[in-house]
Amino acid sequence: MIGSRFESLIVRRTGSLLVPLVQIFALYVLFFGQYGPGGGFVAGVMIAASLVLGQLVFGRSGLSARRARSLLAGDGMGLLIFVAVGGLGLIGGGQFLNYSEAPIPGLPDASRRYVGILLTQIGVALDVAVAAVSIVFSLSRSARGEAGNA
Amino acid sequence: MTYSFELPLLVLLILTAGGAILVKDLISAVLILGSYSFFLALIWAWLGAADVAFVEAVVGAGLATVFFLLTLFRTAPDDTRIRRPRPPVVVVVALPLLGMLLLYAASDLPSFGDPASPASTHVSPHYLENSVADTLTPNVVTSVLMDYRALDTLIETVVVFTSGIACWLLLRRDPE
Repeated sequence: MIGSRFESLIVRRTGSLLVPLVQIFALYVLFFGQYGPGGGFVAGVMIAASLVLGQLVFGRSGLSARRARSLLAGDGMGLLIFVAVGGLGLIGGGQFLNYSEAPIPGLPDASRRYVGILLTQIGVALDVAVAAVSIVFSLSRSARGEAGNA
Repeated sequence: MTYSFELPLLVLLILTAGGAILVKDLISAVLILGSYSFFLALIWAWLGAADVAFVEAVVGAGLATVFFLLTLFRTAPDDTRIRRPRPPVVVVVALPLLGMLLLYAASDLPSFGDPASPASTHVSPHYLENSVADTLTPNVVTSVLMDYRALDTLIETVVVFTSGIACWLLLRRDPE
């Protein structure tokens, strides 16, 4: 499973084409989410899918155990971005998650809310991507450990 | 309204759902479930819910399939055949009755796209009319999720965060 290298040329070639394509499309979905379908959640899942695909095709063994653990820090970071942007509204004297009260000088209310939506979407994408990848690593790590013992 | 597109999709949806239940092998069931999600995404897209279709395609057909397969390889690596006991008589009698009851209740729901339904008259007009002026965001789904209803989304993000933490805590193997 994850961690075992694929030596097949077709799989590696397809992977090297697909992974960057999916990642670029995920970024497009993330930053275009205010104009078309998409947004933070979908973008996060797509980034996670591309990372899992890359790990499946090009992964080296032995890295995923430590990576699953250190990834969880990034999980909290996404949530922190969301809460921090929401808290900016509190600092500016408004309600929690009311981005129009955020203390960003020189911007009209609507632009502040626009920026708030963009930043929280990045937070959600980070949170979802890291959570999904770390779940995949947690699941596959145990599977690989059993295969190694047998 | 013509049903030339919905009807084949609905038939495929029911076929894949039934196939996922009736198939004899767990891996086949997981893959059929992935195709079920794909057809469901097509139906959402046809109904105009592009965001929901997007999530269904990426999560249901992509990530959930990977999760299922990984869990399968972890729990039952050798034998993935399903041994299914016969369902009890109560289930065979009660489930169709429950289905009939649900269909009967569904006839009371407002029809699709009804402008007088409660869902279209309460707060949605406000969001639809003011989204661009308030937030400069033409996609109302995004502005509702991230601005008007941001607290809901925050709690959902907390749920995702918790699931990542819980999976790591439950599945870790290292003794430290």
